Amino acid sequence: MAETNLELLGRAILQRNPIALLVLGICSALAVTGSMSTAFVMSICLTLVTACSSMTISLLRNHIPNTVRIGIQITIIATLVILVDMILKAFFYDLAKQLSIYVGLIITNCIVMGRAEGFAMSNSPFKAFIDGLGNGLGYTLILMSTAFLRELLGNGTVFGQNILPLSSEGGWYEPNGMMLLPASAFFIIALIIWLIRTIHPDQQEN
Amino acid sequence: MTHYLEIIFSALFIENLVLSFFLGMCTFLAISKQVKTAIGLGLAVIIIQVITIPINNLILNNVLKPDALAWAGQPNLDLTFLGLLIYIGVIAAVVQILEMFLDRFIPALYNTLGIYLPLLTVNCAILGGTLFMVERDYNFGESVAYGIGSGSGFFLAVTALAGIREKLEYANPPAGLRGLGLTFITAGLMALAFMGVAGIS
Repeated sequence: MAETNLELLGRAILQRNPIALLVLGICSALAVTGSMSTAFVMSICLTLVTACSSMTISLLRNHIPNTVRIGIQITIIATLVILVDMILKAFFYDLAKQLSIYVGLIITNCIVMGRAEGFAMSNSPFKAFIDGLGNGLGYTLILMSTAFLRELLGNGTVFGQNILPLSSEGGWYEPNGMMLLPASAFFIIALIIWLIRTIHPDQQEN
Repeated sequence: MTHYLEIIFSALFIENLVLSFFLGMCTFLAISKQVKTAIGLGLAVIIIQVITIPINNLILNNVLKPDALAWAGQPNLDLTFLGLLIYIGVIAAVVQILEMFLDRFIPALYNTLGIYLPLLTVNCAILGGTLFMVERDYNFGESVAYGIGSGSGFFLAVTALAGIREKLEYANPPAGLRGLGLTFITAGLMALAFMGVAGIS
């Protein structure tokens, strides 16, 4: 492994994006992208959990018996998610209510499990931390671009700030209500995947 | 009785776990290439949902809730913060037990469902079903109804998508859209179609 930590980080964000290429963790990616603030908080939570769980699992990797490793990984991840959930509820109660069950669902998010099983179990703690961070940021990238499009086209706002003046308030922009429906997230992610695969033709399926 | 039917119906169509909450997406997209395997997966999800949601409901009401342990001499104990850890533990245990049970007593069904069962531990639709039960404060009867409804909703969605994808084999989309991209668009159209049913409520 001659690649530097920076390359490791960049590779996880762009070339091997967990959502677009590996199709991991799309459940929450679609559900919380209705507004940018929820998507932002969700991204931070997931990045933190992925990075910390990868590091913890990597630290313990020589002590985890192979037969029960999945159970131990889930326990570590679930503990971290409970911590994040409690912090959110204590300091950002409104956001925690909006995210509803999706914070808890980070436990079953395949990105976290996938990185723990696929990378952290066989690499040093620092490398695992960087890898977790990179995958979290790759997830953030897709989540934020989807949320940006949905909120801008659906509400004319970015982070709740009005950008396109709505026609109901005397402006010119007629909001596209479909963007607020869950189904639009499918279309936008499909378009993002199309874009990425046009840039990287080697990712195309036969 | 109508109350329970309402829960089943709304979990099946209006609040379909896959198409309106995007839970269980990974499995939904990965195992929907053929109708036959999709049916097997759908059945496994129904069974697990019907078992785990009521069990987690019992644990929540009798062990975790504030004052639930009063009978054991611990009146002020509130264990709800341990919820996530316990639910996922219960799900993993039920999946494991069900797998061994089927292997021993109903081998035919085990051969159909076998490979999908372990996958379901990390399926967000299963944990999501439990978390929705917690959030909406269902009682035991309601949680059984919700288990049936949400499991059947997954079954319906995954079978329908597999049917469409089998036909799409013959389509000729742009190279970048092939496979995953086109599946996403199909799922999006299905989600729109399911929303049409919401008017009935």
